[in-house]
Formats: sequence, structure tokens, C-alpha cells
Amino acid sequence: MISTYDAGLLADVGILLLGALSVYVILATGQLSLGNAGFMGVGAYVASFLTVEMHWPVTVALLAAALVSSIVGVIIAFPALRLRGIYLAMATLGFGEMVRSFLLGFDRLGGSGGYRGMQQVSLGYIWAWAGGILLLILMLERSRLWLEMRAVHDDETAAGLVGLNTTLTKIGAFGFGAAVAAIAGGLFAHQYVYIEPGNFGFERSIDFVLAVILGGSTVGLGALIGSALLVFLPEWLRFLADWRLAAFGTLLILVLLTRPQGVVDRALLAKLALRRAKAP
Amino acid sequence: MTTGSDKPLLRLSGVSKSFGGIRALSDVSLTIGHNRIVGVIGPNGAGKTTLFNVITGAYRASAGELTLDDEPITQWPSYRIVRAGIARTFQNIRLFAGMTVWEHLLVAQPHQGAFVRRFLPARWADPAAATRAEEALVLFGLQNYRDSIARTLPYGVQRKVEMARALTASPKLLLLDEPVAGMNHEEATELRHLLLRLNERGLSILLIEHDMAFVMNLCQDVYVLDFGAIIAQGTPTEIRTNPVVLDAYLGSEAAC
Repeated sequence: MISTYDAGLLADVGILLLGALSVYVILATGQLSLGNAGFMGVGAYVASFLTVEMHWPVTVALLAAALVSSIVGVIIAFPALRLRGIYLAMATLGFGEMVRSFLLGFDRLGGSGGYRGMQQVSLGYIWAWAGGILLLILMLERSRLWLEMRAVHDDETAAGLVGLNTTLTKIGAFGFGAAVAAIAGGLFAHQYVYIEPGNFGFERSIDFVLAVILGGSTVGLGALIGSALLVFLPEWLRFLADWRLAAFGTLLILVLLTRPQGVVDRALLAKLALRRAKAP
Repeated sequence: MTTGSDKPLLRLSGVSKSFGGIRALSDVSLTIGHNRIVGVIGPNGAGKTTLFNVITGAYRASAGELTLDDEPITQWPSYRIVRAGIARTFQNIRLFAGMTVWEHLLVAQPHQGAFVRRFLPARWADPAAATRAEEALVLFGLQNYRDSIARTLPYGVQRKVEMARALTASPKLLLLDEPVAGMNHEEATELRHLLLRLNERGLSILLIEHDMAFVMNLCQDVYVLDFGAIIAQGTPTEIRTNPVVLDAYLGSEAAC
């Protein structure tokens, strides 16, 4: 049996993985979102409200939260279509902060006092979601749709000029990413059984992006590796006491300097696959 | 020859395009018949690439109308125009950074069939797509480069990948922006034969080219663009002897 402490860390990895995947899917169409903690917040509050006050089963509540959040995502995606790069990043950041400040003032769901009453879910339940969605995205990566997303990512204008509907692709990615972030939020709420608007601030969005960039932003497995590193690395560095976080920061910089594309990328996966195929 | 060749495939009527105060195209009218090979020549900055961008919906015309098979396409977004039958290449090659040659040939084919099939791997989403991609690969002799990242290939090969990508969309009209730029004589000849073969199969071609010999040997009609306006139109022979053209573009050293 693993200790409660380790179980908590593993739950954190699962939740961070989902958040990272929500960024990864949107990034796959060339859009950087710094507001996914906002979608996570929407998911957390909607799911909690549904389980605590409407007595819905957790799974159904999570699905409903994902649906609500993806609708919000699609609505956000329309104005976002006109923005690129740093401007889009700023706009999504603004959205995230908007959600947080709205929740702070929304007394019906606890406001700044937070919201409680959820039943805790098991580690297995969290990982069933995280693993399931990771698997889904790994399968999606081999699809025709993903090829279209990569085209939009690489050269949006050219993608339009070879017959791809870039608008629909980008909006779809935002909707799906928002849904995944909402699942992360719902699970977070039912892991910690207490939520407050501060849980879904800017730092959380940055964690998602960091996990993707650290692990590798061109393959879904990168999100998994990045999430695990972000959660476990500070733990392994505990022996450094006060220097722990400084060492963590240094390690991050070193990894990004030596592998700017992230720990894993397509070339590395292809090499590994080749080696496996060659082995007797 | 296709039937109804009296009806134009693509028609531009009085098309203009301005950027702020600059008029890049003014009152351009041209028609491209079915099964024709048409050339557009003109000095640098004459508006040739702008013309391609307006035809393919990358820019919206400021005035005028475009029709494809009598259907107005002036307001259509790019992807719709491509799906309706106009594919193109780019003057400064635009390949997708991370994709192999094979992936380029798959992605440019409009998805056929139910939306949910998109979630399947490309080879199952539309089995016919793999066949068409294979054909394009053979047509341009790209078999050896199938799984190479397209951007890492030699320049001439990248041009071929772009043309192959455009062809996999099964266009009625292929727009080529300086297809022989950077090619040697043999490669250009090879390309000419290939384009003639495609034309025999019913493909119409509109091309921008600075290589006069290439244009004059290949095209049936030639339009001359200068300062955004068409100053002459005719067969290669007519264009070669047209005094206006000689003055504006070909100059006294028109040795072609």
C-alpha cells in the first residue's frame, strides 16, 4: 500500500496531467492559452455544485461540468481567433483572472470563503480519468483530425489555402481543451473537498503550460512526463532544505537549455520505436 | 477535351484589390477555359501574386466578381474555394514545418465522408486518400522521400512536394506561382512534360513565371500584368510581337 502522502502526490500528478493536456490540445493548433485555470475553475465549481446540492453522481457531474466549460471555451475561442501569439496569451490570461474574480464575488457558491461539502474520490478514480483522457489524446494524435491541427499549427494561412477549415479547427481545440481542464477542476474539487477561487489563479495556468513545455509540447506523452517532473522533482529535492526551490528552478532552466523541445519529442519517440522494432 | 469548353472555368470581372491607398490590382478581367494552360507574366510588383491571393481567397477583392463554373466565389473563404476546385502553390514555398512528405499529401485532401471518420487514422478515415497520395508520389518521383520531413529536402524537391500537395486536392484548376524558379533546364523540361500530361487529363493550369521560354512553350494564352492592370492578352506569338508588351516588360532583349 502506498502512503496517504504519496497517494496525494500521485493525485496531484493526475490532475496536473489533465490541466497540461488541456493546454497541449489547444497548443496543437498553434494557440497558447494562459487561461486554462479559468476553465478548471468553471469545472470545479459546476461539478461541486452538482454533487453537493443536486446530489448528482460524481461522474455525471464531471461530464456536465466538461460540457459547460467547453461551451465557455467555444465562446472564448471566437474573439481569440483574431489574436495571435502573445496577444492571444494575454487575452486568455485575462479570461482566467476574470473567472477567478467572478468566483470571488459570487456568494451563492461561497465567494471568497470557498466551497465545501464534496465527497473525496479515490486515487484510482482520478487516474481512470487522467489515463483515459491521455489515451484518448494519444489515439487522436494518429488521426486525420490531428494532421489537420498540425497543419494549422505549422502555417495557418497555408492550411486554409490547402482546403482546411482553420476556424473550425481552432474553435474545436479550444472547446475540447476547456472540457479537459474542467475535468481536472472537478477532480481537484473532489480530491481536496474544499475549493476557493485562489485555487484557479494565474499560477495554476502557468503550471499547466510549464508541464507541457518541460515534457515536450509536440507529443501527448510530454504532458505526462512534464506533470510528473513538476510534482516529484521538488519532493526529491527536499534534502536541500531551504535551497530546494532554487535548485528546482535551476534544474528547469537546465532541462530547457539542453532540450528546448522538451524531454520527449516526435524524433525521440520514433527512435525508441525503431529500437524496439529492431530488438529480437 | 471536356464538354462545354465554351463556358469558362474561372472568370474574373473587373477585379480590383487595394491595400490602403495602394492599388495592387485594378479592374482585372480574365477568363480561363476548361482544359487550358494560361500564363501570367509581368514585371516584379505587377500584382501577379496578389492576383493568385485574390483568386484563392487569401485576400478578398475590393471590387469585382469571381466565378468558378458560373458560381460566384468572391466572398468565399479559402478552404471553400480549394474544395470547389482551385489548388495552388506558393512563390516562397510554404510547407508544414513538422510534416513528412506523405503527411503533406494526405492533409491536403478534402475529408470525404462522415465527420466522425476524421477521428480515425488518415489511412482509415478515407482509404481512397492513400491511393491518391501514392499516385501523386509516383507522378512527381517522390517515392524515396516519402517519410522525410519535407522542409529538410532540397529546394527543387520541396517545390515538387508543394505541387504534389496541391494536386492531391483533385483540383480543376491548378495555380502555380513561379514553378520553375530555382530549377535547372532539365528539371524545367521534365516539369513541362508533367504539366502537359496533367493538362491532357483535363486539368487547367494558371501559372506565374519569369522564365519566358517556359511560359511561351507551355501556355496557350498569356496575360500580361503591369502596375496591377492587364495590358495585353493573347497567344504566345501575339504577346511576343505586341509592342506594348515589348515596351513594358520584355524589352529589346526579348530573345524568346
